[in-house]
This record gives sequence, structure tokens and C-alpha cells, in this order.
Amino acid sequence: MIELDGVHFSRGAQVIFDGVDMHFGRGEVTVVLGPSGTGKTTLLRLIGGQVRPASGRVMVDGIEVARARRKALYALRRRMGVLFQNGALFTDLTVGENVAFPLRAHSRLDEALIRRIVLFKLEAVGLRSARDKYPAALSGGMARRAALARAMALDPEIMLYDEPFAGQDPVSMGVLLRLIRRLNDALGLTSIVVTHDVKEAMSIADRVIVIAGGRVIGQGTPEEVRAQREQEPALAQFLDGAADGPLNAAEDESPLSADLGLGGGQ
Amino acid sequence: MTENGSSVNVPPRIALDRGDNDVWHLQLAGEWTLAQSETLSTIDRSLPAGFGDSAARGKTIRVGGEIDALDSAGALRLARIVDGMEQGGAAVDLEALPQSQRNVIELLKGRLPPPKTPRPPREGVLAGIGRVTVAKFTEGNAFLAFIGELVVRGGKLIAFPWRIRWREVVAEIEAAGLRALGIVGLLSFLVGMVMAYQAGATLADFGANILIVNLVAIITLREMGPLLTAIIVAGRTGSSYTAQLGTMRITEEIDALRSIGISPFDMLILPKIIALMVVLPLLTVFANLLGLLGGAVVAAYRFEVSFAVYFDRLPEVVDLTTLMLGLIKTPVFAIAIALIGCMQGMRVAGSALAVGRATTVSVVQATFLVIVLDAGFSVLFNLMGY
Ligand SMILES: Nc1ncnc2c1ncn2[C@@H]1O[C@H](COP(=O)(O)OP(=O)(O)OP(=O)(O)O)[C@@H](O)[C@H]1O
Ligand SMILES: [Mg+2]
Repeated sequence: MIELDGVHFSRGAQVIFDGVDMHFGRGEVTVVLGPSGTGKTTLLRLIGGQVRPASGRVMVDGIEVARARRKALYALRRRMGVLFQNGALFTDLTVGENVAFPLRAHSRLDEALIRRIVLFKLEAVGLRSARDKYPAALSGGMARRAALARAMALDPEIMLYDEPFAGQDPVSMGVLLRLIRRLNDALGLTSIVVTHDVKEAMSIADRVIVIAGGRVIGQGTPEEVRAQREQEPALAQFLDGAADGPLNAAEDESPLSADLGLGGGQ
Repeated sequence: MTENGSSVNVPPRIALDRGDNDVWHLQLAGEWTLAQSETLSTIDRSLPAGFGDSAARGKTIRVGGEIDALDSAGALRLARIVDGMEQGGAAVDLEALPQSQRNVIELLKGRLPPPKTPRPPREGVLAGIGRVTVAKFTEGNAFLAFIGELVVRGGKLIAFPWRIRWREVVAEIEAAGLRALGIVGLLSFLVGMVMAYQAGATLADFGANILIVNLVAIITLREMGPLLTAIIVAGRTGSSYTAQLGTMRITEEIDALRSIGISPFDMLILPKIIALMVVLPLLTVFANLLGLLGGAVVAAYRFEVSFAVYFDRLPEVVDLTTLMLGLIKTPVFAIAIALIGCMQGMRVAGSALAVGRATTVSVVQATFLVIVLDAGFSVLFNLMGY
């Protein structure tokens, strides 16, 4: 369904993807793992066509995103639901209006029907009672779930979740996990879940992709990825959450005190 | 990170005891803290000169003693000294220090740069001019690109006007027009009064009070009304466009719009431009009216030109052309204000701080451009013989 071929992407001097190949299968839940700042959000932006790769191709359902004409791109985006890392709710609309927004923008449904759909989506994320609140009056976890309801409003074929579990208590996290899995299976979606919660995410994943340092360090079913940890110390470190290993070495290349601004001699 | 909280102000001390065998002892004492930074910065002078060179090669240096307090400033200093000794070829042994102090030093040592990192050379005048030129050029380019997008997207929508988001346009008209009536009206009225005072003070000396009407009317209709309104709108509405779009960029709302499959240009920018093109001429008419009224009040109560005389004379000194020469400029001002406001907003990246900065830039640029455009119009009208 979604295919990355030799994708290079950099921000200024910082190389974020250095020729990565990835594959996200139709109807599967793929979990993308990786340390903070490796480019997981950037990956979702590449797929959504908000940034273009320097070289290589990003294909979504046979369409090359970076080359798509404006109309085709917007049509494609309509088929994707995105849950942003910060929620990105429209702050001047209530929760209910936020969820109704995509429906109003893209369909000619009458108000009564829109209301029913909105209530149904909010029910699914456990926020029916919060529909008249403004985003500023929600907790972080609630805002994320409200954003999820909005992302699902148009019944997209592809769901991209950027850290859906951050700030969730164990109960709502369990609810979300089940929701992601159930939605995927019931509606035949293709889901990409970006997260740090290794164990929980692995439990619902069909496939797992681990990225670090601009490349893919592990890819496959959860079992396969667990099996690859022998060859890849960085992978083992990430999956076990160990404090020491190749992952922090890369970050600490520059001397600490250079960042502290203590370079000059006394 | 202070080891013991009590501050007794004992300066840090360091002493090297060179035994005759291969093991030397480095004795530390006092408070190695930020509060002692003065002593700390020169503390390596109490070490033998040339220390860290080959003198210590092959020796083992045991670091010991009682440090009363150690914080990150002291630890950095100490780590640098340890680094120096190790680079000189000595083996440094920290075993005698308490575990917590040793951890801090271990964390730092080996990660410090050499004491003298060269400063990056200062930018020369030419380089500075070049950088600013390139920056301005990029800015100008971005503005042109924005105009290009407006023409392409907006042009298409003129052919299909039902695709324009009229609901947003109406909302913007209300925000930019209706709610600005108060301030635009009040300020125009006051400026009308001021003009009448200044004109009257001079004209009354010649007994030509009646000419106040000519002066106030022509200046208000041709220049003051359009310019004042445009500047108020640039400060009030243009800046709010920047702030709104900038904030939406930071909260990813713009991305969210795109991901829902709605172009932010159609949804946010075009309605603002259309709304302002409608609103600014109307506001200007309103400003003209109140400016004339302000002039009339001063003329009547201060310079004995009654309301009846004032408004009788008005049609004789100005005609529709005068009014139109003022109004024709306003849609152009509107486009400039809205474009700059939106462009600066869409360029915001990073943090809330960037929103504030962009808002300032937006007001300054919009005001500047409005005045430049107005000057351009004056020249143009003059050449055309008006
Ligand atoms: N607009 C930008 N300009 C410059 N650099 C950026 C920008 N956005 C992101 N980056 C850099 O790109 C890198 C990848 O960012 P990204 O947001 O994709 O990380 P991430 O994997 O999602 O991290 P996290 O798990 O913390 O969300 C980061 O190092 C970041 O500094
Ligand atoms: Mg991220």
C-alpha cells in the first residue's frame, strides 16, 4: 500500500533519512519505532506529501506523492487520516465541531446526520460528554483522543498515528490499542503507528519497523524483529530500553561543554 | 549538586605532592562551587608550571583530599585538570574521592574540548552586506511567489466563484470591517478636527475661513481617509492575520487542514484577501465621512463656518472624481496588507516567539508598502493630470 524506495531526506546539514526502503502492507498495522528525533514524524510528513524527499520515491497506493498534482494530492490526503503528535485540534472550534469539520468540508450531509456521526466517533474514543468543550479545556490525553476522532471522521483508508499513547493512562491506552486494532480489522484500514511504547505497540502490530540514525535497523513481524536483535546492537538497546549502547554514542559526538558554551579557556 | 549544603566559604585549594617514586598525590580541599568561581578560574596556577607536559608521563596521580562541596562548575574545572594530566601521559586515579564526586568527574572528563577553541572569525562588512542582500532578495522572492500563487489559484476561483468559501469571507468581513468601525471612525474624526484647526489658524489670518472646507475635503478624500484607514487596518487586521496563521502553523493546525484535504490557501488566505478588498474601500468611505464631520465641527465652533455653509460648499470643491481618486487605491492597499499578513504568518516556524517576531515584521512591512504604494499613486495621478 505504502512504499518507500531509497528515500533521502535532510534538514539543512542534518541527514534524517539516508536511503531508506520501507514497506507498509495493505490491511496491516505497522508500528514504527525509533529514538526521539530520528525522523518518525518526518516519515509521516513524507507519506502525507508535506515534505518531499531529496531523492527516492514515496508511493502511496500506486501514486508517487512528491510528483502528484495538487488535486490528486488533496484527493489522496482525503483518504488518509492523520493523528498529529500535538493533536492539532482547531482551537476556535469545540470538540464536536472539530470532528464535524472534515465532514462539513467534504460532504453534503445534513446536520442531523453529521451530529449522529460526530457522536458516534466521539463515543468510540470515550469523549461523548466533552463534545461542547473547547480544546483549551481538555487534558493532553483527551485532546489526543479528540484528534483521533477527527482523523477518523471521514472513514479514511489509511490511518497515520503520531504517538497516540503519549499522555494516556493505562486504561485509555488499552482502549486506544484495542481501538486501533479493531478499526483496522473492521474497516480494512492500513495503519501506521509511530510510538515509543515498545511493548504495547508490539502487541497489536502485524509488522514492526525500527529506525535509528537515518536508516532502518529492524523490519518484519514482531517475532522477526526480536530475532534480529542479535545482529544489531542498536536494536537490542532500543527494545530493551538500555541506557548504554550505540544509540547514545551517536548523539554524544560533540563534546558536552561545547554545547554548554564553556569552550573558552579560563 | 552541592555535596554538603552548609556554605562556610572555604576557597578551593589544590596541591601536588611529588613523591620520589612513580606515584604522585593531588590533594584537593575547600568548596569547588560556582560561588568560588573567582578562585576556581585561576586555581591551576597553584600547580607547578608546565604541569601536564611530559613531566608527569608514566606517573600515577592519586587524587584525594576532602572536597567540602562540588557542583557542576567545580566539576568542570576539575575535569579539565584531570584531562590535562591524562593528556600529559599520566594515569589518574580517582578512587580516593567519594563515589558521587567521582561520577560527576567521570561524566565530564574526556568530553571537554581543548581549553582554547578558536573563535569563529568575525563577519566582515562586505560579508554582512552580502548576507543581508541575499536575505532581502529571498524575502522579495517569497512575496513574488505568494503573489504568483494568488494569481493562479485566485484566477481559477474567479471562473468558479461558487467554490470560494463565502462563509469564511463573511466571517472575515465582520472581523476586519464591522469591528474596526469604532477605531477607524474615531481616529478619522480626530484627524479631521486637527486638519481643520491647522488650516483654520492660517486661513483665518487672511479672513479666508471658508477655504477650510477646500483643504479639509480634498486632503481627507484623496489622501488622509485612504491612507489612515489602510494603516489602521495594517496594524489591526494585518497583524492579526499573521498571528492567527503563525499560531496555526505552530500548533500544526495548518498541517491538519491539509491532511483533511483542504488547501489552507482556499480556506484561510483567499477569504482574507477577498474580505479585505471589500472592507477597505467601505471603511475608507466611512473614514472620509467622519473626517469631514470632524472638520465641520471645528470649522463651526472655532472658525465661524456653520454646518450649513460647510456642507453647501462641499459639493463645489470636491466631486466624484476626488472621491474615486482616493478609493481606487484602497483595493491595492488591501491586497498588499492581506498578502503580507498571510505570507509572514505562513512563514512562521519553530516556537511562539517566532509568531511575535513575524507579527512585528508584518506590521512594519505592510505600513511601509502602503505608504510607498500611496506615493506611487500620487506620482501616477500627477502624470495623468489629476
Ligand atoms: N522544521 C524543521 N526544521 C529543521 N529541523 C527539523 C524540523 N522539524 C524537525 N527537524 C529535525 O528533524 C529531526 C527529526 O524530527 P522528527 O520530528 O521527525 O523526529 P521524531 O522521530 O518524530 O521525534 P519524536 O519521537 O521526539 O517526536 C529532528 O532532529 C529535528 O531536529
Ligand atoms: Mg515526532
